[in-house]
Amino acid sequence: MDYFLELFLSGLTRGSIYALIALGYTMVYGIIQLINFAHGEIYMIGAFVALVVSGVLTIYGFSGVSILILAALIAIIYSAAYGYTLEKIAYRPLRGAPRLSPLISAIGMSLFLQNYVLLAQTADFLPFPELVPEFEFMEPIAHIMGSAELIILITSAITMIGLTLLIKYTRIGKAMRATQQDMVMARLTGINVDRVISVTFIIGSVLAAIAGVLVGSYIGQINYFIGFMAGVKAFTAAVLGGIGNIPGAALGGLVLGLAEAMAAGYISSAYEDVFAFGVLVLILILRPSGLLGKAVKQKV
Amino acid sequence: MAMISYLKSCLIAAIWFVFLTFPLMVVKVNTLKNTVEWRWMNMLWVAIGAFILSAVWRWAMERRARGASQKEQESSDSDKKPSLGERLLEDPKLYRPLLGLVVALALLMPWVSEMYQVTIWVFALIYVVLGLGLNITVGLAGLLDLGYVAFFGVGAYTYAILNTRFGLDFWICLPIGGLTGALVGVLLGFPILRLRGDYLAIVTLGFGSIAKIVYENWEGVFNGARGIEKIARPGFFGMEMDISAATTFTYYLMLVMVVFTIFVTNRLKDSRIGRAWMALREDEIACVAMGVDMARTKLGAYALGAFWAGLVGVIFASQTTYINPASFDFMLSAIVLSMVVLGGMGSIVGVVIAALVLNLLPEYLRAFEDYRMLVFGAVMVLMMLFRPQGLVSNVRKTYTHSKKVHAEEANG
Amino acid sequence: MRKSVMKSFVVIALLSMIVPAVGFAADTIKIGVAGPHTGDLAPYGLPTKDAAMMLAEQVNAAGGVLGKQIEVVPMDDQCKPEIATSAATKLVSEGVDIVIGHVCSGATKAALGIYKESNIIAISPSATNPPLTQSGDYPNFYRTIAPDDDQGKLAASFATDKLGAKKIAILHDKGDYGKGFADFSQAAIEAGGKAKVVLFEGVTPGAMDYSAVVQKIRREGADAVIFGGYHPEASKLVGQMKKKRVNVPFIGPDGVKGDGFLEIAGDDAEGVYATGPMDVSALAGNKKAKDDYVAKFGKEPGTFFDQGYAAMQTILNAIKESGGTDSAGLEKALRGSYVDTAVGKIKFDAKGDAEGVGFSVFQVQDGKFVELK
Repeated sequence: MDYFLELFLSGLTRGSIYALIALGYTMVYGIIQLINFAHGEIYMIGAFVALVVSGVLTIYGFSGVSILILAALIAIIYSAAYGYTLEKIAYRPLRGAPRLSPLISAIGMSLFLQNYVLLAQTADFLPFPELVPEFEFMEPIAHIMGSAELIILITSAITMIGLTLLIKYTRIGKAMRATQQDMVMARLTGINVDRVISVTFIIGSVLAAIAGVLVGSYIGQINYFIGFMAGVKAFTAAVLGGIGNIPGAALGGLVLGLAEAMAAGYISSAYEDVFAFGVLVLILILRPSGLLGKAVKQKV
Repeated sequence: MAMISYLKSCLIAAIWFVFLTFPLMVVKVNTLKNTVEWRWMNMLWVAIGAFILSAVWRWAMERRARGASQKEQESSDSDKKPSLGERLLEDPKLYRPLLGLVVALALLMPWVSEMYQVTIWVFALIYVVLGLGLNITVGLAGLLDLGYVAFFGVGAYTYAILNTRFGLDFWICLPIGGLTGALVGVLLGFPILRLRGDYLAIVTLGFGSIAKIVYENWEGVFNGARGIEKIARPGFFGMEMDISAATTFTYYLMLVMVVFTIFVTNRLKDSRIGRAWMALREDEIACVAMGVDMARTKLGAYALGAFWAGLVGVIFASQTTYINPASFDFMLSAIVLSMVVLGGMGSIVGVVIAALVLNLLPEYLRAFEDYRMLVFGAVMVLMMLFRPQGLVSNVRKTYTHSKKVHAEEANG
Repeated sequence: MRKSVMKSFVVIALLSMIVPAVGFAADTIKIGVAGPHTGDLAPYGLPTKDAAMMLAEQVNAAGGVLGKQIEVVPMDDQCKPEIATSAATKLVSEGVDIVIGHVCSGATKAALGIYKESNIIAISPSATNPPLTQSGDYPNFYRTIAPDDDQGKLAASFATDKLGAKKIAILHDKGDYGKGFADFSQAAIEAGGKAKVVLFEGVTPGAMDYSAVVQKIRREGADAVIFGGYHPEASKLVGQMKKKRVNVPFIGPDGVKGDGFLEIAGDDAEGVYATGPMDVSALAGNKKAKDDYVAKFGKEPGTFFDQGYAAMQTILNAIKESGGTDSAGLEKALRGSYVDTAVGKIKFDAKGDAEGVGFSVFQVQDGKFVELK
């Protein structure tokens, strides 16, 4: 039972990271029907910026919590800026183009950003400072759940609640929902659709940056390639939950994380990725609309 | 005034990019020694580069917008002058001597250059065939396949296993490799027939990764990460060949393969199934409504693309004589895809040229090597933005309805 | 540094196109140095190249060997088998007499057939894959580093005898090198009969976390972990073991024993064991090689510098002793007598493995790897 609990919590931790990244995929897909292939790279850039900032601050003698807050804040700002610029350069000019074009452009952007970080920084893994302190009160259960995991769970929960509130109750949230339902109609009612799309990218990037900082400080190392696999997994999570559906992305992330942890714990961790992709293929074949998605008939 | 505002917006773009790239391009932290390296020069380069690029960008975007509106006018205007590139491809008087020259050069190459060059060209030609094969799936049928490398691996492993375990000859394995590739293509194709373009992309990416993991973990069959060594080079009627003769031989074999592939894809393009592919690419629903069997057409595209990959996989294994799973990762799929994109989806000449350029350029310009993937990525974005039809656009058969005749009839 | 390497490559590439392959080369002895010189594995290949070039310079300044000048021909293979074959063909067509390389085992496997057919001897500073020598397929292959099975055996005996472990968990990264090390450790433990392997599993490099595997180690009650793989995964595992309070000794191979591991694992590295080539830094020959390097390049030499330097030394000695570059003569000289090199006094056995090199166990103490006697 203890073993199950341990696996459950490690699955939950991993799942909430997937969920944070998956939200970015799902929001973008919901509005412009594009798999933002470069989203994983935004997550990676968030982690890198946090690493650089915390490195500089440590050298200039800042201390614990102030580093954490400043590094996270700057990482979020930069990820948002990258997400915004990415959309403006690589996707906006292609609105209305055949569906394949923005997708290929996204794959190209993903390759470009990976290699940009590789050339600007390094190909090696870099040590990521442990930004989250070890809490005393967690010590009795540290073998099951450490403080880093606790912070990951709490932060993702707060972020997701915040996102839900934002989408439900604010003006921009309403505009986003309207654009998702019918872009032409939304434009007719006076919504600035371009702005809404930009904001969607920014919000998605912010979530990815939060995930990047959390993972970096939990695992303790990053390199330029971490975004690729994380992005693919998070996309799987988004599809699992029903792409375009925001609670679905969160649920899909958690389910995928738990499934992976259980598979690694009870079967073998060598086939971890096969398992994730297997889930994706099965879901797409058996229930393409995902766990929470509604089946949409394609309009002609 | 326009000029000033133009420059101002370029300046803003430059400042924006300096801001964006600052933490990654300028700062470099060494956490072990606790030192920060400030690379201010990089900031200057970014500023200058961003300024110039944004000026070019704006100009190109304006041109693109003008082009779009012009195109609308042109479509009503039927007699448009073909560009030089198109004339070269259309007019037999122009392209025949050029083709003859290329063939002569290609045939002579192994005799005038060293073996190393020949080896490089063998790999470049392998990429050409891969590009042409993927061109069937992506370019003609519009099915974005990100796991194309899986079929290449299937071919390579088929030959490696059949040759090292059962002693089968290269020439028997060559068709077997191709057919195994096609078979796997059909098997993987079945479950994903119903998926739309973008889902298809991610699922094929998954298949590509799964194939690699299977090669790594299934030791009994694929020998795991150790790979398979001592794979035989192709023989020729039992002739003993030393390594340089074998390489030259493989080179000619690849030339024949390329010609064969071009011939087949060219014929396919104008065939019933080829037209069905293009129709499917343009509009799936309309195409199905017209009575095209979607399942068969899509599977056909999948299987044929996979067939070529399997075929050259065999040649790849025989050329390296050693394969391991690391050779078959996603990057290969990405490189082949960027060739197809650069060449112009559906265009055979374009893909051949793009495959050669993208492969030989880093080989002869070593300084370019580090920036290779960066450039590939940028090329994919820029091509989609400014020339989605590729460098050499696919010239489709058109039947024009001449206006002049109408006019004369009206007069007369 | 990097730029000048690049430049020299361009120059060599251009020259190779202009200069015909055969001809005037009789008055120099050409030694090819193949390995990853660009790309992310370059840190493993460049030190060997530097060592060979440095030594060649010294020998040439002193009048060369047998009155001939030594010419080093570097060739990049990026550790990829398919590039290694073209690199090997290029070296052959440039008429090299002997090759130092390749660096990665996979690339070496792909290239060796080509050297064998052209009757060229290859000495690798770092390809530790055991079958390269033990299979007998490549009589032209030698190496100045001990093979991986020695390393696996050492890790196993260290865990059972010195640490007294009874239940051992073995993990690997599914790669050629890591899986090989894990397999040899497992075989040695099972043959020894002193302990049981309670867990043998591959982990996925680049996976988000390894907490599930760490929990498995705890559940199986392992009292030692042997890991086959490189430093990024090792430091991730060590960190997560510490976080999950799994306090058992961790033993890695020489892919872990380096500054990369110390840097990334940080405080978690303390107490970790790793096997690696014996510490030879006290030897006079090794000291001189390193001092020369520091004097010339102004920094500490990198991975496999010692082995690359030793390979060049054995080659120069063999050429001198056999009085030429005929492979049969070289072979006899390489196997014949001990040479004092940067890795100690070595000679090659019938299979091509060096006698006189070996592994020892190191432990991280105060942020440094210290050899355990």
